Amino acid sequence: MQLSSSSIGRKILMAVTGQVMILFALVHLIGNTTIFGWLHGGINAYAEHLHALPPLVWAFRLFMLAAVSIHIWFGIQLTIENSGGRPQQYAVKSTQKATFASENMIWSGLLILAFIVYHLLHFTMKLIPGMVLTTDPEGTVNVFTMVVSSFQNVFVCAIYAGGMVALFLHLTHGIQSSSQTLGCSNNRTLPVIIKAGTLVALAFLVGYLTIPLSIFAGFLKG
Amino acid sequence: MSDHKTMTLTLIVWRQKNASDPGKFETYTAKNITDHHSFLEMLDCVNEDLILEGKEPIVFDHDCREGICGMCSQVINGAPHGGQERTTVCQLHMRKFKDGDTIYIEPWRARAFPIVKDLVVDRTALDTIIQAGGYTSCHTGGVADGNAILIPKPVADEAMDAAECVGCGACVAGCPNGAAMLFTGAKVSQLSLLPQGKGEAAARVKAMTAAMTECGFGNCTNHYECQAACPKGINVKFIARMNRDFLKAQFA
Repeated sequence: MQLSSSSIGRKILMAVTGQVMILFALVHLIGNTTIFGWLHGGINAYAEHLHALPPLVWAFRLFMLAAVSIHIWFGIQLTIENSGGRPQQYAVKSTQKATFASENMIWSGLLILAFIVYHLLHFTMKLIPGMVLTTDPEGTVNVFTMVVSSFQNVFVCAIYAGGMVALFLHLTHGIQSSSQTLGCSNNRTLPVIIKAGTLVALAFLVGYLTIPLSIFAGFLKG
Repeated sequence: MSDHKTMTLTLIVWRQKNASDPGKFETYTAKNITDHHSFLEMLDCVNEDLILEGKEPIVFDHDCREGICGMCSQVINGAPHGGQERTTVCQLHMRKFKDGDTIYIEPWRARAFPIVKDLVVDRTALDTIIQAGGYTSCHTGGVADGNAILIPKPVADEAMDAAECVGCGACVAGCPNGAAMLFTGAKVSQLSLLPQGKGEAAARVKAMTAAMTECGFGNCTNHYECQAACPKGINVKFIARMNRDFLKAQFA
């Protein structure tokens, strides 16, 4: 039986693509923190080096697009199938282990998708109004000015905060779930993986929100 | 028994004539119930009263009443088997309830378990999964031959932990997706852990998980409600083990 048609196979595809995205989110977070200036030349130098080889950039973008598409496709398919798994609900709802996050993966996932679309329109395509786009003599956009001017707007900050809360919820369940699906856990390791997954999710939430919040609070100025 | 104080309970029970009947809740009063009644004995008392009144008794599955056969199957106040850890309905005692309590009693609810009548569901789907590969087709020999292959104690213990599953279906009833992953995981693992079962391990995990989907069970999303519902305390590590076996089977 092919992976794409079996129950466990599709879960494995979701787990692997999910972990690819987690790795991306980690590297992306480290890259974004260059805005605080720990890298020589700051975020402008980081952005310039990142886009120095266009074929590589596009190959990577297509790879990520494939991972995201597989994850969303099977996520929606499995959710629709599972919604009919118990055709009639119990009169008394009582859950012992399921969490708000585990029961709402489809909604936190779709919120993250909406956030990614906004984020790409914002900083990649630069189509969201209200940010300062200055270019140096060679025609490169000043990323630092662009980011700082954007996050001085409270609504933009709120959208980013909402996106990161959705990511946090999705990962509190997603990290441990992907490890279980790939068969990497047992009765001793699962409780540890659940705690570690929540901590990683929290680290992403705090790490990512530090940037808009420190700009909004005025610690980083353009 | 006369010096025991008794309790009166309100039961809200799912009544359904057959698979095509939409079914509805009916309210009954259970009188003269003591701490020592098991949940099924309490229902026996209610049924005696119903029969005396000329009404149709509540139909429910039961057999050994010792907590080992896996026949009893009721969702009590939203929890399969009543939510007491590692307890089947027959071993759930009325001392867990208080005088005046209202108790909701419902059948297992899952797409793969059609309702036969009242609280009885058709669990043939679990047998279909077993028929797909829950066996070994090698000769295991006579009694003496069973001891000829040495199996390390921890391995034998783990296989026994999986084999504790009595196939009641509480894992499916507890799962919001109506998935049978804990049942199938336990059955796959109890065989694949032992030498006699290893030969067919790859074909078995593929066939049994395919049968699981064909029977209409949902997909696992790792809520772990199944483990909480299981009267035998089967651990979700057996789901992870099955996932591992499934991955290995792709390269076999």
